[in-house]
Amino acid sequence: MMHEIILAGFGGQGILSMGKFIAMAGLEEGKNISWLPSYGPEMRGGTANCNVIVADEEVGSPIVNKATAIIVMNQPSLEKFEHYLVPGGVVILDSSLVPVMPKRDDVEVYAIPATKMAYDLGNATFAGIILLGKLLEVTGVVTRESFEKALYKILPQKKHGMIPEEMAALEKGAKY
Amino acid sequence: MAIVFQKPHALTDKPFHYCPGCTHGLIHRLVAEVLDELGIEGTTVGVASVGCTYNSYEYFNCDMVQAAHGRAPAVATGLRRSLPDRQVFTYQGDGDLAAIGTAEIVHAATRGEKITTIFVNNAIYGMTSGQMAPTTLVGQVTTTTPFGRKPELHGYPIRVCEMLSTLEGAAFVERVAVNNVVNVKKAKAAIKKAFKVQMAGKGFSIVEVLSICPTNWGMNPQKSLEWLEQNMMEHYPLGNFKGKDLEV
Amino acid sequence: MGERILMKGNEVIAEAALRAGCRHYFGYPITPQTEVAHYMAKKMEQLGGTFVQAESELAAINMVYGAASAGVRAMTSSSSPGISLKQEGISYSAGSELPMVIIDIVRCGPGLGGILPAQCDYFQMVKGGGHGDYRLPVLAPCSVQEMYELVVEAFNIADKYRNPVVVMGDGYLGQMMEAVTFRDEEPIYKADKSGWAACGSKMERPHHTITSIYIEADVLEAHNQKLQKKYAEIKANETRVEEFNCEGADIIVTAYGTISRIVKNVIKDAEKEGIKVGLIRPITLWPFPSESYAKYADKVKSFLCVEMSSGQMIEDVKLAVNGRNEVKFYGRTGGNVPSQNEILEQVRAIAAAK
Repeated sequence: MMHEIILAGFGGQGILSMGKFIAMAGLEEGKNISWLPSYGPEMRGGTANCNVIVADEEVGSPIVNKATAIIVMNQPSLEKFEHYLVPGGVVILDSSLVPVMPKRDDVEVYAIPATKMAYDLGNATFAGIILLGKLLEVTGVVTRESFEKALYKILPQKKHGMIPEEMAALEKGAKY
Repeated sequence: MAIVFQKPHALTDKPFHYCPGCTHGLIHRLVAEVLDELGIEGTTVGVASVGCTYNSYEYFNCDMVQAAHGRAPAVATGLRRSLPDRQVFTYQGDGDLAAIGTAEIVHAATRGEKITTIFVNNAIYGMTSGQMAPTTLVGQVTTTTPFGRKPELHGYPIRVCEMLSTLEGAAFVERVAVNNVVNVKKAKAAIKKAFKVQMAGKGFSIVEVLSICPTNWGMNPQKSLEWLEQNMMEHYPLGNFKGKDLEV
Repeated sequence: MGERILMKGNEVIAEAALRAGCRHYFGYPITPQTEVAHYMAKKMEQLGGTFVQAESELAAINMVYGAASAGVRAMTSSSSPGISLKQEGISYSAGSELPMVIIDIVRCGPGLGGILPAQCDYFQMVKGGGHGDYRLPVLAPCSVQEMYELVVEAFNIADKYRNPVVVMGDGYLGQMMEAVTFRDEEPIYKADKSGWAACGSKMERPHHTITSIYIEADVLEAHNQKLQKKYAEIKANETRVEEFNCEGADIIVTAYGTISRIVKNVIKDAEKEGIKVGLIRPITLWPFPSESYAKYADKVKSFLCVEMSSGQMIEDVKLAVNGRNEVKFYGRTGGNVPSQNEILEQVRAIAAAK
C-alpha cells in the first residue's frame, strides 16, 4: 500500500509540520517515507504545501503525482490540488476556511470546521491536528499510537505537556 | 672568521627576479629576518598573492601557498583556522589587497583573524605594466590614467591603514616605508611586532610598506625614493594606527 | 547499522561530512542549501571545529583552498549562482590539486533565476565552469540516504586523487526529508598528506608549496599531462551508474537525481500498458557512465533523456550512444519538474512511433 498525501494551506497554519508528523509516524512503523515541502518565498504569507508518501514498498518519486488523500486548509489549495486525487481519493478540508466544496464527484469529501473547533478547544493551532485525526481515521495511513510517538519525537521538550491535548484534538477530528 | 652579514635562513638561494631598484627584495628580506629572529620559519605558512610577488613562494623557505588575485586573506583564514598553533602571513600588493581583494582584507581584519599581512603599496600595478592602482595618487600618470589620476574620473586613492584601523578585529596597524636606513629599521620592527601580535593571539595585524616601482614610475631608483618621500608620504603618513602599546 | 532517522537532505549532507571527519566548513548563505550551514554552525562549535560564514562565495571557496592546503578535510556548500562565483577558486583548487568537497544544491537560472529545483548546473559542474583543462568528479545522489553515502565517498575520492569533488543535487533533494540510516563507522580513506601539505616544515623537511602557476610552457604542459593521467585513473576507477530494468527494455529513459525516481514510477505505469522501459541513472556525472549507453545502443528502440534543464546531460548521452540510436529529450525549466504523466506521455509516443 502506498499513501500519497498532499497537505496544503496558508503559510503559518503548520502545514509542513503536519506532514512531518505523518512522515515520522510512518517511520515509527518501519514504513518507507518521504516528505517534500514547497519552499521559498511562497511560504511567507502565501500558500504552503507538502507531499508526504508513506509506503510498504520503496518510494519512487517523492513528488506526489496521484494523491490518495489531500488535506486542504484554504480555498486556493483545494482548487490547485483537487485534480491530483485518484478516483475514490479522500479530501479532508477545513470548512471554516474553505466555503466552496470540491467539484469532483468521484472522491470522498470530509468537511470539518476544524478552525472553529480548535477555537472552541481554546487553541487555534489544533486545527491541523483535528484534520489529521480524520485522515488517520479514514485512510489508516498510520496508527494513533505511532502518531503520538511522532509528536514526542518532533515537538521540543517544552511542548510535550501539550501532547495529551493534541491527542484529544486528534480524537475529535477522527470522530467528527 | 666572524660572519658579519649573511642571507636569512628563511630566504631560499633563488635569485630574485624583481626589476633593478625594486624594493620587494628588501621587504622579503625583512620578513625573512623576522622569521629567523622569532624562530618561526618551521611553524609559519606564507600566502603569496597575484602581482609581482606571485612566486614569492620560491623565495621564502617556509611553507607557502599561492592564492588567487585578492584572495590571500581568505586563503590565510582557511590555513590559520586549520593550523591553530602555526603562524600565517600574506604578502600582497596594492592592486591585490585594495582593489580586487578589498572584501577579503576588510573581513579578515574585522573577524580578527590571527594572521599578519604585509601590504606593499607602490601606488601602481607593477606586473601588468603600470596601470592605476587603488592607491595611485591624484595627478599620478599611469598607463590607464595617461593624463594623470583625476578624482572626477578615477576617484581618490584609498588609505588602507586608516580604513582598517577602524575595525575592532584589527589589533595592529602600522604604515612604514623603505626609503632610508632609519625607516627600513622601523619597518622591520613593525613587521616583527605584527608577527608577535599574531603569536599572542591578539587579532589581525597589518604592516603597510610604502615602496617604489622605478620601472613603472619611469624613474631611476634614486628619483623614485625622492618621489616616494615627497608625494606618497604626504598622502600616506607613516606611523602606527593601532596596537602601538599592545604588550606582546 | 543504526536506526532509521528522519532527516532533511541538507542536514544529512552536513552530518555526512562530519562523519567523514570534516571539521572545517566555510560557506555563504544561499537558498536552497542554507540548512547545511545552519547544521554546521551548531555542530562545529560543539565539536571544536571550524565554521566560518564568509563575506562572499569567493572568500568561502578560498578559505577551503587554504584549509585544504593545510591538509585537513574541508568543504563548502552553495547553490547555482553561488557556485558561479566559486568557479575561480575551483579552477585554482583543481590546478593546485587540493582535495575538497563542494556541494551544489541546484536552483533554476540563468542569472538570479529562482530558488526552485533544477538541474541546469550540469554544464558548469561537469564541463568546467572555471578556466583551464580540469575535471571534477561530480556525484549525483537521488535520495537522502544516497546523499549521505556519496558525501562520505566524495571526501574519500578527493583525498585519494588530490582533487576537488562535487556532490550535486537539485533543490528538492536538499529540502526533502527521508529516512536515513548511518553506519556505525565510516569507511574513511586515509591519505598521507605529509608529502605536500603546507602546515609548517618544523625545519625538518624542504618547504612545501601549493600553487597552480607554472610560467614555463613545458613545465605547465607536464603539469597538465599529469592531471590528465589522474583524470584517466578516476575515469577507470570511479564511474558509478545504476541500470534498472534495462535488460530487454524497448525504451531506455535516462535521468539523474530526483528525476530518476519519477522515471521509476513511469516504468511501473508503462509496464501496465505493455511498454518495457529501462532506466540508466548516472551516479557520477563525471566520469560519465558512457559504457552503459553503448551496451544498449543497438538493443532499444530509442533513448529518452529527461532533465530539469533545456538539455545538458543529453550531450553526453549522445556522445555515448555515438549515433547508433536516437536520443530524444524531455525537459522542464524554471523550477518546474517533469511530471510522471508528462514523461509517460513521451514514452507512449516513442512506443507508438514506427
